[in-house]
Amino acid sequence: MTDWIIPVLTVGVLIYAAIKKVDVFGAFCEGASEGLKTCADILPALVLLIVCVGMFRASGAVDALTKLLEPLCGAVSFPSEAVPLVILRPFSGSGAMAVYNEIAAANGADSFAERVAATLIGSSETTFYTIAVYFSAVKVKKTRHATAAALTADLTAWIVCGITVKLLLGAE
Amino acid sequence: MKIILLIIPIVSLIFAALNGRIGDLSESILSKSGEAVELVISICGIMCFWSGLMRVAEKAGLLEKLSKLLSAPLGLLFGGINKGGKAMSLICANIAANILGLGNASTPLGIAAMKAIAEEQQSGEHATNDMIMLAVLNTASLQIIPATAAALRLANGARDPMEILPCVWIVSAYSLFIAVASAKLMSKIKFRKQGEP
Repeated sequence: MTDWIIPVLTVGVLIYAAIKKVDVFGAFCEGASEGLKTCADILPALVLLIVCVGMFRASGAVDALTKLLEPLCGAVSFPSEAVPLVILRPFSGSGAMAVYNEIAAANGADSFAERVAATLIGSSETTFYTIAVYFSAVKVKKTRHATAAALTADLTAWIVCGITVKLLLGAE
Repeated sequence: MKIILLIIPIVSLIFAALNGRIGDLSESILSKSGEAVELVISICGIMCFWSGLMRVAEKAGLLEKLSKLLSAPLGLLFGGINKGGKAMSLICANIAANILGLGNASTPLGIAAMKAIAEEQQSGEHATNDMIMLAVLNTASLQIIPATAAALRLANGARDPMEILPCVWIVSAYSLFIAVASAKLMSKIKFRKQGEP
């Protein structure tokens, strides 16, 4: 089923754009060059964060953290290997990418930990960054319950993520 | 973030010293930077393709269509906003851009919406409930196609990068529901406590 989504969406958008007489080629190139710029923009941060995350793994600190949090994670079927992602995700998008890469390399693509990590990246945002950007734009200093509500949602994502992947794709 | 960037290397150095892994640590510092470049290059193709396709969708008027569709349900969430006003239409456009995954368009729209709310509600330095709702909706991932996650999976050799799609939808739906519910609930609690708008 999921194989259909991307092709249908791609062709659908192109047909719709053709009907609406949009300059498809021009619009596509404009958007794609923005995508290229995004990639170039994240590279400097990614270099620093991948090095940091790599250090954390190489030192054995990740293994220690993983062992420590194993009982807590077991309760919600969350792979403890993916815990560093939960911690870093609200702070930094590039940091999350760096941790994901580390998890995929250590546990293998299509492993349970890798799938859960990718699902978590796809279903959450850089909470602290977003809140900071949005409220500083209007010079609001007292953000009241914004962070608490957003983090409650992130916590929910963490709780349901492992269970969902386990039920739908298996825990191998 | 600054603290994290300080803690991780320090903790790593201590752990590496305790575990006798200083050699591994040194090697990882030197070799990991190249990995960052490789990762960016391998996800760059999908990122470009997806941004390109979504720009075509935007130009074809799909963004406007979607934001019109959203105006009714969003009207329910943003109780204090004038339904036909500028703030409401910017909120709808911001959420629609989020759903389509137009990262570069959604943030400027969101900030513009925030400013319009500030103007409409004369917020001062306290956040209003509607501002918080908008920020919280933007911290919950709304996009239907998680292009970055798929690109990362492909770069790491996953067989079927899109197989996680139903999982992403389910998890997003849960966290979105909790985000909205807790924003609404907490606004009531704090309202009683502080008597703020």
